[in-house]
Amino acid sequence: MKLSTNFVKDYVDIDVDTKMLAEDMTKAGNEYETAENFINATNLIVGEVIECEMHPDSDHLHVCKVNVGEETLQIVCGAPNVRKGLKVIVALPGAVLPGDFKIKPGKIRGVESNGMLCAIAELGLDSKFLKPEDKEGIHELPENAEVGEDPIKLMQMDDSVIDFELTANRGDLLSILGMAHEISAIYDKQVKPIDLLHKETNDDINNTFKVQVNTKNCNIFLAKRVENVVIKESPTFIKNRLMASGIRPINNVVDISNYVMLEVGQPLHYYDADTLNGMLEVRMAQDGEKLTTLDEIERTLSSEDIVISNGEKAIGLAGVMGGLETEITENTKNIIIESAIFDPVKVRKTSKEILRSEASTRFEKGLDPNRTYMAIERSCNLLEKYADATIVGGLVKYDISDLSDKKIDITFEKINKVLGLEVPQEAVLDVFRRLGFTYEQEGEIVHVSVPKRRIDISIAEDLIEEVGRIYGVDNIEGRLPKLPLKQGSYNKTLRQIRNKMIDLGLNETLSYILVNDKEAVRYTKDNFEPIKLLDPMTEERNTLRYSMIPSLVKIYEYNKARSQKDVSIFEIGKGFYKKEEKYGEDLKLCALIAGEHTLGLKPEKSSFYDIKGIAEEILDYLGYNGRYSFVIKDELPQEFHPYQTALISVNNDILGIIGKLHPEMQKEDVYVLEINLSKLLEKKTGKMKYKEISKFPVVRKDLAVIVQKDVNSEEIAKQIKKLAGSMLLSSKVFDIYTGTGIEENKKSIAYSLEFGAQDRTLTDEEINTILEKIIVGLEKSGVQIRK
Amino acid sequence: MKEQIEEIRRKANEEITNVKDAKNLNELKVKYLGKKGELTAVLRGMGGLSQEERPVIGSLVNIVRDELESKIQEKEEAFKKQEMMEKLEKEKIDITLPSNKIKRGSKHPLNRIIEEVEDLFVSMGYDVVDGPELETDEYCFERLNLPQGHPARDMQDSFYVTPEYLLRTQTSAVQAHVMMENEEKAPIRVICPGKVYRRDDDATHSHQFAQVEGLVIDKDISLAELKGTLEVFMRKMLGEDTNLRFRPSYFPFTEPSYEVDVTCFKCKRKRM
Repeated sequence: MKLSTNFVKDYVDIDVDTKMLAEDMTKAGNEYETAENFINATNLIVGEVIECEMHPDSDHLHVCKVNVGEETLQIVCGAPNVRKGLKVIVALPGAVLPGDFKIKPGKIRGVESNGMLCAIAELGLDSKFLKPEDKEGIHELPENAEVGEDPIKLMQMDDSVIDFELTANRGDLLSILGMAHEISAIYDKQVKPIDLLHKETNDDINNTFKVQVNTKNCNIFLAKRVENVVIKESPTFIKNRLMASGIRPINNVVDISNYVMLEVGQPLHYYDADTLNGMLEVRMAQDGEKLTTLDEIERTLSSEDIVISNGEKAIGLAGVMGGLETEITENTKNIIIESAIFDPVKVRKTSKEILRSEASTRFEKGLDPNRTYMAIERSCNLLEKYADATIVGGLVKYDISDLSDKKIDITFEKINKVLGLEVPQEAVLDVFRRLGFTYEQEGEIVHVSVPKRRIDISIAEDLIEEVGRIYGVDNIEGRLPKLPLKQGSYNKTLRQIRNKMIDLGLNETLSYILVNDKEAVRYTKDNFEPIKLLDPMTEERNTLRYSMIPSLVKIYEYNKARSQKDVSIFEIGKGFYKKEEKYGEDLKLCALIAGEHTLGLKPEKSSFYDIKGIAEEILDYLGYNGRYSFVIKDELPQEFHPYQTALISVNNDILGIIGKLHPEMQKEDVYVLEINLSKLLEKKTGKMKYKEISKFPVVRKDLAVIVQKDVNSEEIAKQIKKLAGSMLLSSKVFDIYTGTGIEENKKSIAYSLEFGAQDRTLTDEEINTILEKIIVGLEKSGVQIRK
Repeated sequence: MKEQIEEIRRKANEEITNVKDAKNLNELKVKYLGKKGELTAVLRGMGGLSQEERPVIGSLVNIVRDELESKIQEKEEAFKKQEMMEKLEKEKIDITLPSNKIKRGSKHPLNRIIEEVEDLFVSMGYDVVDGPELETDEYCFERLNLPQGHPARDMQDSFYVTPEYLLRTQTSAVQAHVMMENEEKAPIRVICPGKVYRRDDDATHSHQFAQVEGLVIDKDISLAELKGTLEVFMRKMLGEDTNLRFRPSYFPFTEPSYEVDVTCFKCKRKRM
């Protein structure tokens, strides 16, 4: 809302400057974006061109002698309309025009020039307000303009404008009167009455005009007839105030309808009465019904839109925009004024789909029905004054609205309990008085009557806020709540996982959950339906991710494209899905390593065993030691390398994946891990146990076996463990060998075995017995021992 | 014989003094003190001496031997020391070469801040709670006094996936869950940090960002307690000399509502 301070000063006296007013309004909860003069230019003066010669060195520049009162300046001017005798706006040397354009004395094509003759656009007036002649040359002041005067004052443009960013509840401030009430409450001033006086004929409009309301979405609809208007240009103050408020002046009648809307807050519609058939109807549109609006666009309507009809067809889109057919033209003589209130939600819906207008913005926030009447009368007052109108008596009226004040009870104690202040009773009552609320005190209780204009106030807490707003909450002394001492709780496991991953040398990322719909189904074979946005901003981000791998791959690719090939990253975040018509989200852990990783001290080229190590470390750390395994499946997501990928199984449920990305996906070697933490953390963990290091010596023995190439080392290890019994402390693969001495399709796996006992030193004999048992057992199952 | 010993003594001393390395020193040791050494030879030749001469010469030989031995040992140690020095010198490295970087992982800065906020509030007895990011319209808007068609919904243009489900635009949705699940369980003290999503994206707005929500339900608490709590919070995050100010505002689900302005953490006090 752009507030013209000249406009609001019609209704309230303001003793402070514009900036201060804006600041004080902000303290009361009404933020502003800018507060500045309507014309933001300095050092302007009215001058008269007393000589005007062609520039000796140009075919369009003129060299002018300009009388500015105290002196005569030589100014070079390029405007085609500059001529001797013209009264002009002169920007003196030292002037600053909008856009920080500084005027300095200088030479133009060798001729001295001390200042500038200004066009209206150069004073910063928005281009939408410029008339054709404004664009062609310098501004021509009236002949009676006095040399040496301030041209801004002369043009009545010495106004200032505050652009407020109002909160959604304060629809009442979308009017000069509302602003006047707010300002008067802040500075404790009186709001001056609005001039509604006008004469009316003895006729009654009700004899010639009817209104039908055939929808519950309109509570009040008033129509007034005005005759014999003279269409012409508006008086300067109306034009200027409209422009300061951001509205383009058109002609006196249209301008008055806008002026009253700005002033009172009630949007109006003026119809050319001679294009109507003596009636207006309010109803819902039919689906597919057509209407050409004022902006000459044909709109297709739905049964959700409220329309005004002439009895046959729609002629206006209620609350949003009028129709082209019945608009005010230069030939209009007689007018029907419509002042009505339509359902905010319906108007909002229509305006969202079709068009936001000054009118719809006001309807959406709700209006005071008292103002609906006031707007009609103010229209009559102004039309009589500035359009020579004759006002026909009577008013066509449909009104089922409630015009009365809202009654709210409140206690002083409650106010202070909520605000945490001790506002004296008199101060509370003073706030209500300043706001223009009437009240009756009954002991501790105050019965407050809130005028309808404050649509935002409906409960006691709203009144408390008003007291805080106007009395000021600056004085509130902060203190901590007196609550029983206790330790708060938070998700420790999640932090432990995060810290563990960081300890392992991985860098945490935070990525967008919105991805492309194609990416959203990649890197998984899970059965789910991806979730698409109804109205995405871009196709790149139109679907919620299921797997986090696409997000991390993106980060990797971003780094790679910038020559950062060594990437070790992880993220804890959510993946989303729809399954059997239900929406769900799981917390996931995802990691990616590529290039040289930094898991140890020295950078090393990443391999499958590194990503496997990360998975094991996390699972062991969380207590799943011995409860998980890496399983090989034929059916893997096609984005993975088919022979360097494994699924993570915990207590026999597949909860994750580790592996290398398929070379078709990534040229470089990229390894990823993903674990569904939501599911994992539901699984039982093992208990941590203390185990002493044996005081007795440990004996190491090596054992090499020869097996088929596709046999997994773990299978043999399991057999060895089973055969060896409890004396086998550990077994590790230390070598895999193929080549000379080993058959083509076979490989040798060498294990280093450690034997020991907690209570004694094992004898050679004992160890040999166990070894023998292992060898015999393995050979029995077809495993060849390499001697 | 005495002269012969003195001659050996003189010669040996001279040679030991001038010896250049450990190898030659060892040769001298053999030459004079070895089994076939010159001094040993003198001892052997003592057989031909008189009873009176024998102890005199014997003692002289011992004196000379001790003297030479200690001289040689001294020299040996000097050579060892020198040898070590030479060895160490060969091991000299350029300590200005870059180190073997020990890379650690890193926490995302946003999560660092969130953890800091959580720790502060946990220490004040708040529970950290989370809720779904894919939320229902009911919890994100309806229950927060933002019915369909409410103009304040404009402030939070949303990503809907169905007319009913959307990505939450505010962590306040979690408040509604907490209150529904903990009816009659006051006092309640929770904070809800988390990701939220809004349908705008420009140089200063990301469609995904983080919020922290706080909710306290109890008797006898007022805006003063809210302000006090926020003061502790802001001072912890932005510095002890931070001040804050309440500015009346509007949120559909709180009444009264305030925006909080804080003194600039950089220029301090000069600006709110």
